[in-house]
Amino acid sequence: MEADAIHELTPAYALDALDPREEREYEEHLARCPRCREELASFTEAATSLAYGVESPFPPPALRDRILVQARAERPNVVPLRPAWRSWPMAVAAMAAAVAIGLGIWAASLSNSLDRQRSARDQQDRILSIVSDPAARHFSLSGSHGTLVVSRTGAAALLVSNLGHAPRGKTYEAWVIRNRSPRRAGIFSDATSFRLTRPVPEGAVVAVTLERRGGVDAPTGRPITSAQA
Amino acid sequence: MPRDLAHLSDEALVALVARSDEVALGELYDRFGRVAYGLARRILRDDALAEDAVQEGFLAAWRGAARFVPERAKASTWLLTLVHRRAVDLVRREERRRAEPLEEPTGAGAATDEAVWLRFERERVQQALGRLPDQQREAIELAYYGGFTQSELADRLGQPLGTIKSRMFSGLSRLRELLTEPEAERGDRWKPTPSTS
Repeated sequence: MEADAIHELTPAYALDALDPREEREYEEHLARCPRCREELASFTEAATSLAYGVESPFPPPALRDRILVQARAERPNVVPLRPAWRSWPMAVAAMAAAVAIGLGIWAASLSNSLDRQRSARDQQDRILSIVSDPAARHFSLSGSHGTLVVSRTGAAALLVSNLGHAPRGKTYEAWVIRNRSPRRAGIFSDATSFRLTRPVPEGAVVAVTLERRGGVDAPTGRPITSAQA
Repeated sequence: MPRDLAHLSDEALVALVARSDEVALGELYDRFGRVAYGLARRILRDDALAEDAVQEGFLAAWRGAARFVPERAKASTWLLTLVHRRAVDLVRREERRRAEPLEEPTGAGAATDEAVWLRFERERVQQALGRLPDQQREAIELAYYGGFTQSELADRLGQPLGTIKSRMFSGLSRLRELLTEPEAERGDRWKPTPSTS
């Protein structure tokens, strides 16, 4: 396409009104044409103001949770398995030492760390399956601390906000309370989403308390936040 | 730690999102999710598809925030462009929907709980659209809200492609003027984004 003709595509591009082939050609041109970039910025600003020209009802609350859970699941999660070697002699010496003594231990800890990564991912997948269940019900946690999501099957996840990291030596512990009797539902220290280890029947209360590290068998303090399913 | 990001600019939030900060993503959603959903719903005329478009748009922002160039666009424009793109992709796949007349969907009580600034902004944009010559307005609305490509518009309106291009050019240029011109009768111009500064 001639340069003049391609300049003329700027308004249509700003309106997303090009077909895929035209779009590709225009984008290639854009990379080389400062004038078009400048024009495009101002046309895009005008086009996007049209987004404000329509009624904006509230989206369903579950949409926000779905987006955040999906984003979390996609977060790049790079866990360095070992430090980068600084130099060859060191590497060789360290390798020899590892072979001689530490290989077994190193391999064991490596596999532990992989297991932890894998289980973190499993946990994310399970949370995702709960939150993406269109029939799941959402309940607000008291104190604006997030949402309790309960799927059809009773599997439940907490999407926690504003809770912060548990203080040193402490952990958050979740409880499913029925007929005044609390049952342990898992511990977490800084998760923003957490899958309860037991199902939440209708009418049950889910509460979170701060407990000593490792968790306890019965809550010792007042709930920091709670919700009734 | 409880974190309140309300004092941050939209652009600062995008910078945090580029560092995989999901609280910042949540804050961006709180600022623009509603406008994005209204837009997607207008294009797709289906609540569930609109949700998909918003979700995909925000996830595109999550993945691509590092490529956002604040010198080139406002963060809100960039974000709404991503959502618009997803909605248009979806509506093009759903040929059937676009065949329907392009009327404003009757909102489910949208007007009653609409925030003041949103209503103000909507009226301002609609007024500006209303001041465009009919043919320019038609081209712009069918493209932006209807998801039609310029070639499809030429077919649909029985006009040469060049005519459609020039209607889009004149219409958007005029719209830009109308939306930036000082509005004496209203006193101070309303800030077009909900962000606090």
